[in-house]
Formats: sequence, C-alpha cells, structure tokens
Amino acid sequence: MAGLKDLSKRKDPLTGGHRACSGCGFPQIVRMVCMASTDPVVVVSATGCLEVTTTIFPYSAWTTPFVHNAFENAAATLSGIEAAYNAFTRKGKVSKKINFVAFGGDGGTYDIGFQSLSGAMERGHNLLYVCYDNNAYMNTGVQRSGATPRGANTTTEPAGKVKQGKSRFRKDLTEIMVAHRLPYVAQATVGYWADLIRKAEKAFATPGPKFMNVLQPCRLGWAYPPAETFAMGRLAADTCFWPLYEVENGKYKITLKPREKKPAVDFFKAQERFRHLFKPNNAGLLEELQKEIDQRWEELLAKEAKA
Amino acid sequence: MVTLAKTGNEVMAEAMRQIDPDVVAAYPITPATEVVMIFAQFVADGLVGTEYIPVESEHSAMSACVGAATTGARVMTGTSSQGLALMYEILPIASALRLPIIMCEVNRALSGPINIHCDHSDTMGCRDFGWLQIFSENAQEAYDNVIQAVRIAEDPRVMLPTMVTTDGFIISHCMEKVEVLEDKVAKDYVGEKKSPYSVLDVDKPVTIGALDLTDYYFEHKMPVIQAMKDARQVILEAGKDFGKRFGRPYGFFEKYKLDDAEFAIVALGSTCGTARVAIDELREKGIKAGMLKLRLFRPFPAEEIAEALSQVPNIAVLDRSDSFNAQGGPVFTEVRSAMYNRNAKIINYVYGLGGRDINVAQIKEVFCQLGRADKMPMVNYLGVRE
Repeated sequence: MAGLKDLSKRKDPLTGGHRACSGCGFPQIVRMVCMASTDPVVVVSATGCLEVTTTIFPYSAWTTPFVHNAFENAAATLSGIEAAYNAFTRKGKVSKKINFVAFGGDGGTYDIGFQSLSGAMERGHNLLYVCYDNNAYMNTGVQRSGATPRGANTTTEPAGKVKQGKSRFRKDLTEIMVAHRLPYVAQATVGYWADLIRKAEKAFATPGPKFMNVLQPCRLGWAYPPAETFAMGRLAADTCFWPLYEVENGKYKITLKPREKKPAVDFFKAQERFRHLFKPNNAGLLEELQKEIDQRWEELLAKEAKA
Repeated sequence: MVTLAKTGNEVMAEAMRQIDPDVVAAYPITPATEVVMIFAQFVADGLVGTEYIPVESEHSAMSACVGAATTGARVMTGTSSQGLALMYEILPIASALRLPIIMCEVNRALSGPINIHCDHSDTMGCRDFGWLQIFSENAQEAYDNVIQAVRIAEDPRVMLPTMVTTDGFIISHCMEKVEVLEDKVAKDYVGEKKSPYSVLDVDKPVTIGALDLTDYYFEHKMPVIQAMKDARQVILEAGKDFGKRFGRPYGFFEKYKLDDAEFAIVALGSTCGTARVAIDELREKGIKAGMLKLRLFRPFPAEEIAEALSQVPNIAVLDRSDSFNAQGGPVFTEVRSAMYNRNAKIINYVYGLGGRDINVAQIKEVFCQLGRADKMPMVNYLGVRE
C-alpha cells in the first residue's frame, strides 16, 4: 500500500470549500478511493449529497473530469464513458491509462440505481463502482432506503407510538454483488482508512467490474456529533454491524476480525436514530438486532473458512 | 449509389454501419429490434469500429449514450414506444448537455392498452425535450434522414440530440426499393465529429451536469432554445447539400400539388404515401386537392408552414396521436397556432391510433368533408367505430 507520504503527493480529487456537512464521511471516501489510483481517474456521480455539495454551478470542487447524469444511472453512464474510451483507444485517439469510478449513495445504488448497477456489472465494464452507504436518503432529509438498518428511525419509516422505525433488515448489497461473480468486491468504511485505501488500490489493479460498499457515517441522519465520524465507522466494524472484508474471484477474506467483538448496542446508543430502541419495551428488538448481526457475521466467517 | 430492396429497419441499420459511430447502446423493442439486431451483427462481423453496449434497459441505453457522448464520441441508439418512454427522463438531460446523440426511433403506440403497431404517441410524448424530430415517409427517407441527422445534430450551431422516426411496421418492416450511398460517399457527407471538450481529456478536467439552481438554470436553457432556432438553417443547408450531391433534396416539408390547392391536408410519416394516391385520384376528377407533408416536427417551422399554406382556404391536419387535451392532436394545435391571423378554415382528424389502417377512401372522404369545413367539428376521429 502507498504510504502517507506518497499519498500526500497525489492529486486530491476534491478542492476544499465544497459544501458537504461538517463531519461528513463521503469526502474522505472520495479522496481515499481516487488517491489510491496512480493513473488519472474519471468520476461519475449519481444524484445525491456528493453531487449537490460539490457541483453547485458556477463552482465545482472536482479536479478530475466529473459527470453527473441522473439519480439511478451512474453505472450505466460510466459504462458509456468506458465504452467510448475503449473505442478511442482502439482507434488510437486516446493513449493514456485512465481509471473509471462511479460514486453513488445507498439510495442511488441499493434502490433506484440497482438495475443500472447490476447491468453494468454483468456486462463486465472495466470500472469501479463505489457505494457510499449512509443508510438512508440523506440528501432529501433521511428517508428510508434498502440499506437502512432494522429499527432505525427515518422520516419515511419513523418510530412512533406503535412502530419502531424500519421493520425490515437491510438488503445485503455486497453479497448481491458477490453473486455477480465479479473479480473484486469489498466492504470498507471510513475510520479504517488504511483498509479502505488498500482495497481501492486492489480494485484499481484488477481488470473488469469492481464494487466497493463503503459505510459512510452521516452525522445528520444518524445524529451524532460531527467529530465522531471516524469513530462511528470504526464502531460499525468493531461491532460487526459492518464487517470489513473482500471477495477476490469468489475467495472471501475478512480484513478486520475484532479481537473482542463489541456489543451492537455500543453502536446503536451512539446515534439518535436508534434512541427509541432503548425504551424498556424494545429490549426484545435490540436482542433480535444483535442476533441478526451475529448470524451474518457467523455466515461470513464460514464463507471465509470455506475459502 | 446502389439500389437495394430493404425494409425501414434494415436501411436504418445500414446507415448506422456507414456512419460507424464510436458507441451504440441499445435495447431490443418491437418494432425497432431489428435495427439493434442487424447492427449487433455488424459489430460481431467486424464491419464497424463501434463499441456496442447491450444494456439491460432503454433507461440505461440513453444513460450510457449520455456518458459516452461526454467523451466527444459519436453515439447512436434505436428504440420505440415504451422503450422511448423509459428514456424520457434522460432525453432532456442529453439536450441540456448539448450532446448530439442520434436515435433511430420507430413510431409505435404507447401502452395502454399494450399494442405494438404504429401511431405517433411515443415520439409526440417527448416533443418538448429539446430533441430534433425528423419524420420519414418511407424507407428511402428513413435512410436519407439518418445520414443527414448526424451532420445536423453535430453542427456547432446545433449540438442537439436528434431522432429520426419511421412508422412501426408500415415502414420498419416493409421492403422497398432504396438507393443507398456508397460507404465512402456517405462518410464524406457525414464528416468527422468535433467536440469542444472530452471528459477523457484528464489534463483539462471539466465538470458536466452540475447542480443548476434558480440563479443559472434559466440562462442555461436559453442556448438550447436558440440552438433549436438555429437548427432550422442547418437543416436546410444539410438537405440542400444532400440534394446537390445525391439528387434528393430535403427541406422542412414537401409540398404536394399544394400551390393551387383549394383543399389541403397536413400530415406526417407513411400516411403521406397513401394521401398522394387520394390526391391524384381527386385531381383527376377536377378537385383541387393538395398536401403539405411535414418532415420536421422539432424544431417546428411555423412561419414557413403558414407561408406554404397561405393560399389554401380549407385545411385538414391529420394527427396519428391525440394530446388528450380535449382539443385535438399535437400537429393540429401547432399548425393552427402557426396559422393564427390567417384566413383559413382548419380542422383536425385524429386517425390510425394503435396501428388502425388508414386508406385512400378515408383520405378522400376527409377532402370531401373539407368541402363543407364550416359545418365540421373542429376535431374529428377518422376510422374509429362509434
């Protein structure tokens, strides 16, 4: 992996002065992913927080070529760019090696952009899709998505007198991408930055379609103090709520095995979105959530052992 | 120039082969599927240098086209009906970003009820999305229009996406005699694409598709409005040059026995072929019938249409779709608006929805009714059972 000294010399894809919230996690994700590439990158973003906070006309925070098309089509848009690159390369009109990266939030990736993502991955374009998963539609005010964890309070599936937030467990998009038999799939988070950069480096070094699911704590939607973003990412991994692992040509490798798996309540109690779970009558739900996290973790360990 | 027997779909694919675009992204849909199938075979046989993306939906087809076009690539696609409707969201993005994507669009009725046959509801549904729309009467025009569309769309005065339409099954699947240009001649006419920027130019990074709020959006729509106006001149130049080189000149429309006509119809697409026969038969009986065949619907050449119809007292506008606005079809409302302050009686006939046949007798009946246009309703429905 490139050391900090090397990384500090690389081109920063984002200038300062973008309009993301203080403590937002995705500028870190964008920087770490793009700076992991030794070749120039062309970036596509789905509609969402990232796009609206970095490209308010007449300003752009991007130092790389950047394209935004619509909400649900970042993967298809980038597949068109990659195809044009191949045509131009074949015709001798382009000679530089370029890496292609798409960023989409969980709304634009798990939900509305799911088909576009699946299609692009199945077609085998040489690109990296990075989902910055902050567990809800944060750009429009914390609406639930397929990535929202069970029990979380969102504005479209709120906790109330008879409901306890989201009723369903989250969709496991990383595993769905593994089922596409991609050469490289990884799950990472901010907080464990070296792990994230190493995975991005590996993705760029792998030809073909790659997918990274990066948990991005959202201080607004998760409701915690802005300084805690990295700590929140680490807590998600340390509790195994968000296991850090990679799947290389079908072979699983867990990249962080907490020496002492922290209880999930440590993660939940640090965020306002789970506050209602700590009412006395919700103890059963907390237990169910822990059970689900444990089960998914055990399944992951078994998959790694099989490899 | 060689004369071939080909269907509308086949000649559109043939034009695409000669244009040899950098990228084609497309998805199959009846009755446009063959355009994609034939082109895919060209790719498989190495007859084109195109990067072909067999996408998983029309939404992704248009999305990939937009992405590809931001590199400066020449990009094409083909679709119809529901497929076009699935692209609707991305169509105005393509025009706002000034990406001259070319689409072979085969007109087919929109669901529901589901139907696979021709009407113009799909194309009319996106008439206000900033795309040029060129209609074809037959396979020959479909071919000629696709070749011209590339040059028109990519002209620096235009830089707007363009769709060339044929009528589903009537043109797309009927075999006709078509004169096809030699490859080199076609390529010479089309020329090389020039783009003011490319997102692959990593040394000159550009941001495309920025968030544009109240303080800029309006200003950024104005150049599209202007380009649509300027496109008229470019279309005339391209059509004139096409005529000079190949003997088949094109303009905004074609006047058929219109100059001395007392009764005229205005129509789009394949129906104009049927109308010619009706007009010829009426002329033999001494009835001064004529036609204005529109080729261009976007931009809408309002002034020129009004001028062309200025001497005709009785006009029937034929629409192969309804606007569901309780006052007729889209061609009618636009022609009537163009004729505001002119002294003509103009009525509307909506016909042929969902592929319902229109025949010579019906068109003759329209002319007959034009003889008492004063007593006719403003909007009439032709060929529908009570």
